[in-house]
Amino acid sequence: MPKNPDIKKVLVIGSGPIVIGQAAEFDYAGTQACRSLKEEGIEVVLLNSNPATIMTDKDIADRVYIEPLTTEVVEQLIKKEKPDSVLPTLGGQAGLNLAMELEEAGILKENNVRLIGTTALTIKKAEDREMFKETMEKIGEPVAPSEIVEDVQTGLAVAEKIGYPVVLRPAYTLGGSGGGIAETREQCAEILENGLRLSRVGQVLVERCIAGWKEIEYEVMRDSAGNVITVCNMENIDPVGVHTGDSIVVAPSQTLGDKEYQMLRTSALKIITELGITGGCNVQYALHPESFEYCVIEVNPRVSRSSALASKATGYPIAKVAAKIALGYTLDEIKNAVTKKTYASFEPMLDYVVVKMPRLPFDKFINASHNLGTQMKATGEVMSICTNFEGGMMKAIRSLEQHVDCLLSYDYSGLSDDELKDRLKNVDDRRIWVIAEALRRGFSYESIHSITKIDIWFIDKLQILVDMENALKEAGAGLTPELLREAKRIEYPDNVIARLTGISQAEIRRMRHENNIRAAYKMVDTCAAEFAAETPYYYSCFDGWNEADGTTDKKKVLVLGSGPIRIGQGIEFDFCSVHSTWAFEKEGYETIIVNNNPETVSTDFDIADKLYFEPLTPEDVESIVDVEKPDGAVVQFGGQTAIKLTEALMKMGVPILGTAAEDVDAAEDRELFDKILEECQIPRPKGQTVFTADEAKKAARELGYPVLVRPSYVLGGQGMQIAISDEDIDEFIGIINQIAQEHPILVDKYIMGKEIEVDAICDGTDILIPGIMEHIERTGIHSGDSISVYPAKSITEENKKTIVEYTEKLARALHVKGMINIQFIVNNEGVFIIEVNPRSSRTVPYISKVTGIPIVPLATQIICGHTIRELGYTPGLQKEAEYYAIKMPVFSFEKIRGADINLGPEMKSTGECLGIAKTFNEALYKAFQGANIKLPKYKKMIITVRDSDKEEMVDIARRFKAQGYRIFCTNGTARYLYQHGVVTIPVRKIEQESPNILDLILGHEIDLVIDIPAQGAERSHDGFIIRRNAIETGVTVLTAIDTARALVTSMENRASELTLVNIAEI
Amino acid sequence: MKAYLILEDGTVFKGTSIGSTREVISEIVFNTSMTGYLEVLTDPSYAGQAVVMTYPLIGNYGICREDMESKKAWPDGYIVRELSRIPSNFRSGDTIQNFLKEQDIPGISGIDTRALTKILREKGTMNGMITTNADYDLEEVISRIKEYSVKGVVMATTTKEPYVIPGEGKKVALLDCGAKNNIARSLNERGCQVMVYPADTPAEVILKENPDGIMLSNGPGDPEENVDIIREVKKLYESDVPIFAICLGHQLMALATGAKTYKLKYGHRGGNHPVKDLETGRVYISSQNHGYAVDEKTLDPNVAVPAFVNVNDGTNEGLKYVGKNIFTVQYHPEACPGPQDSGYLFDRFIRMMEEGK
Repeated sequence: MPKNPDIKKVLVIGSGPIVIGQAAEFDYAGTQACRSLKEEGIEVVLLNSNPATIMTDKDIADRVYIEPLTTEVVEQLIKKEKPDSVLPTLGGQAGLNLAMELEEAGILKENNVRLIGTTALTIKKAEDREMFKETMEKIGEPVAPSEIVEDVQTGLAVAEKIGYPVVLRPAYTLGGSGGGIAETREQCAEILENGLRLSRVGQVLVERCIAGWKEIEYEVMRDSAGNVITVCNMENIDPVGVHTGDSIVVAPSQTLGDKEYQMLRTSALKIITELGITGGCNVQYALHPESFEYCVIEVNPRVSRSSALASKATGYPIAKVAAKIALGYTLDEIKNAVTKKTYASFEPMLDYVVVKMPRLPFDKFINASHNLGTQMKATGEVMSICTNFEGGMMKAIRSLEQHVDCLLSYDYSGLSDDELKDRLKNVDDRRIWVIAEALRRGFSYESIHSITKIDIWFIDKLQILVDMENALKEAGAGLTPELLREAKRIEYPDNVIARLTGISQAEIRRMRHENNIRAAYKMVDTCAAEFAAETPYYYSCFDGWNEADGTTDKKKVLVLGSGPIRIGQGIEFDFCSVHSTWAFEKEGYETIIVNNNPETVSTDFDIADKLYFEPLTPEDVESIVDVEKPDGAVVQFGGQTAIKLTEALMKMGVPILGTAAEDVDAAEDRELFDKILEECQIPRPKGQTVFTADEAKKAARELGYPVLVRPSYVLGGQGMQIAISDEDIDEFIGIINQIAQEHPILVDKYIMGKEIEVDAICDGTDILIPGIMEHIERTGIHSGDSISVYPAKSITEENKKTIVEYTEKLARALHVKGMINIQFIVNNEGVFIIEVNPRSSRTVPYISKVTGIPIVPLATQIICGHTIRELGYTPGLQKEAEYYAIKMPVFSFEKIRGADINLGPEMKSTGECLGIAKTFNEALYKAFQGANIKLPKYKKMIITVRDSDKEEMVDIARRFKAQGYRIFCTNGTARYLYQHGVVTIPVRKIEQESPNILDLILGHEIDLVIDIPAQGAERSHDGFIIRRNAIETGVTVLTAIDTARALVTSMENRASELTLVNIAEI
Repeated sequence: MKAYLILEDGTVFKGTSIGSTREVISEIVFNTSMTGYLEVLTDPSYAGQAVVMTYPLIGNYGICREDMESKKAWPDGYIVRELSRIPSNFRSGDTIQNFLKEQDIPGISGIDTRALTKILREKGTMNGMITTNADYDLEEVISRIKEYSVKGVVMATTTKEPYVIPGEGKKVALLDCGAKNNIARSLNERGCQVMVYPADTPAEVILKENPDGIMLSNGPGDPEENVDIIREVKKLYESDVPIFAICLGHQLMALATGAKTYKLKYGHRGGNHPVKDLETGRVYISSQNHGYAVDEKTLDPNVAVPAFVNVNDGTNEGLKYVGKNIFTVQYHPEACPGPQDSGYLFDRFIRMMEEGK
């Protein structure tokens, strides 16, 4: 069936800010789909509140709106742009929910707009628990016995009937928010209460617990003619009970025979047919490990994290095909983009193994619970491809960038056997390391399986890896080429082999080359080599012939990606990597991307000329360099991951394009940097470099508390804290040492002031500054967690001049070619510099979009030898845009049990959204809306504030009262506010008898908690408990006074009608 | 023990011996299925061939004998990248290592099966030798390898004696040309009584039993070689009894009615091939295993017309016979291994038999 001619203008809804459970995969899907639609001549209108995405680029869509994802905005946008269709299946759960709201409110019908890619009925059948169950029953597909409840009492009764343990799943939440397994009545009541509140429709499913069964997923597609195919199936190594987003996943399934494989495949196709989906769909199964019994766990009638993984695992572009299907094409009319010979109506066959591992944020939330369950906690993931499972596992481990490179990376040798067994029971992010230790001690496969329910096939593979540890240790200096070859076949990295044998890494490398043990590259071609493929998408192995060839005469550039999405290094670096790649291509280069993140646009096989899906370690990169012999590498767009490879690349003899490696180092090295600042006469907060806690305390006393303590060479301010006492320093340095510190520790005087941020481009002579950004929160809160305002509105012209002058001086002194990011403090003593990053930053995508200056392409052209003037730009600070653009951080605290939400110098946000408008107030309002802070609801709030901020709080409290809020305060705060004319309601502290502050929060009538803790390590646990409880009951919590002021300002300025800004016209 | 795979073009792969250590020369073909290695090993259509599995990890779920598609394993050789050290599946009764030994199938593991597949794809299916003898003389060996051709395999695989699988429904005569078990099972599950005949059974013998329908099975080798069977199939064609034919059976019917077959460059073997039903436009993912195809150009449009086509390469995947209750497919609706999407064809055959009365 050809394209439907009635579809001419399509509104594509994105997924909004990155949160746990909804990450970069939707930028990948959305970008691919938009390009696919444009290819068909469709006019694309894009709505997404997330400015860091590639999909919100004017290159991708025709009309781009970075606005809050609310029904009001969509309705207004539909009236303004008059699209004939809305495509909601690419925006994750956020997109689907919005589509449902539009449909329910009759907005679509009223404006004569159709949903494409799905129907409201389809969404309902898949998402509404009761309808889903009915649908499955109708076609004879088994689901676990369950019932939907809308109140706690009924829920408990149902649980009794089904029998504990039960699984609880709230309806319409993403990443399984608020769900869990309850073993007891008490647990059940607790989870029910929370889940009912989080569910959009106030429903929770109480279900038979099938924990321990195999968890299998199928990605299936269907077109309007009813043709159905399976793209990929995947097996979770962690059985049912751990969210698939937090599981180690392998594709294709490994322990299913053809009978099981086909049984579930047939079922998945039956389901997609019955749901009437036109596009892609994910079906999750629980398969009994000892029979053919299975249950359908869940169906996602849209592209998903799993579909992104399946696309990357197979080379089959699900989102692209889904977009074409939405236009009316059938699968047999759509070309297979990899082979260019066959069609989309086939099923990919893999001749390799894919392993996905989650990137969990516990390095950021050290005190949070590391336990994994049905609530997803991972912020991102890595994928690896190899010809064997062991190799896939080893590659995935070292791709995580968490100081792990093998199964010895966490040491459990100190545990007793009983303790080890307890650890095995406890499912957390380190389980495979615990299993490895159990295997080292000779625990039987059966005993490990009986505790973990992990299939013994996988346990055996871990045993093979453990056996290799022993073989290498035993071999020592007598390492034979045969053993080395086998170790490399299962992807032991040279440094681990060196550690285990005691031979130097250089010697291992020499021995490899001497015996011709080198990485070979194989192609991901969707068809197991049955057809010749044209898409150079490669992975490495050590047991095969190399296929990566076909070099052109062009100069080659290696673009290093940014690895898994984690707090501090998010999607923005993928945006930069992709734009840089495109710019290099325009400059006539052959482009090669190396990355390991399956969720991103950069790992789409048609972004660069070649894609290497590989870990980003020096050895893995060197193997690629050996084959490709690039003319240069660019590291300044891939975040800290790429920067860290600079030295290794230089040793390989690969020129670093752009800013030289020694200058990158100068910005990171304390002493070198201080020298440069001195030369440039730029002041910075005084500081010292130390190695021990005692040195740190001495330094702090000399500088005077408060001081900022942080490790060097980290991202997102990891381990950074404000210390106000010696006691704090001891605690913080203890934590820093936990995150495997190899570099020195910096102790700086904490200076209070405004934080200012600048991104600039330098061609060696001239400097172009697209704009100056100002943070709403004063110093002490990580820039990634601050609300950022462009253009800076509250600093003087003189300060601006100084900032420009400092930026120019620094860029020149560091011989920057390309990008530089600088953070300043401005207070009444002047302008101080805090930090310089000679690379692209988090703010680049948003500044590019609001200023209309293509920062990354410009920087890339400069790296290629052009100058700012030659490219038609006038150096210096550019004229301010006519818009205010406010970047708002978005957090995922409710997903991470036990994480403290108190903001500080260490970054905690997972994503961001943008508010853009002609006025500051409207932009601010939009930013809060985009971050889903939509107040007021009940008009009740709690304020607890540290003494030093009480004075400032008076005015804020008064303004909230003027908004109709009833304010509850603990005694001290209440008294102070009363003395200053603001009457509030005093409430008892946690340790006092009920009803106290906690009861108030748990009573579900509070909109907002403003809790501003004292600086330094919090000694009292009360604040933490208040904040956690508030977050977990869905209350907005603010921990900085400036954020509170901004919020009340936005509420004072809320508008019924927003002015929507088409970014593509800026 | 070391083993070598020597191709007729002189390429040598070094690996480890699996299964039997005896030397074998055969035609090398590749299969892209990711599951179903036991079904592949026991599919009689592989008689006379050595199979390369493109999926690198084989034997993961062990051996479950009830999944065997015939009484024994048929390939001359088995070529894999890696055999799993242990099997893991609740139904597994044995390891693939033991099975290959027991079935006396020589094989080789530890080789780059993707590189081998690419050679076969580029140069076409070719012969090769699996040996554990390191002292081979390449030149001498190659001339022997080149001499090999697949011969007499239908009679080697067919049942020696006719037998009946009881059923209450339609009476189907199944001409076993090297049939997979699941063809009879698929009919039997639909209530049919299945009378299984050796491939060389004269048409008269079959027709004498007054079957409601005749099923021509899959099987190995070059279809044109089966001159005697083709002659009998022609008589079945003329009988007006409803006929459904699969794979070799489909080719035999085409040959019996005047069309020609030809050898594909490297065949279709796997579980992911899209076939289009030309009547409805629907596309089905199919299980395939064939090295030959019917040449559509040689069809007499008054006798047979294409009913199914391969979406990938446009080759013929099925025929409808004009004025007859006969339809034939090149692929495997009985699956095992592979997708079950085309099981509906058996229902169609049942309906045809009902209407044929």
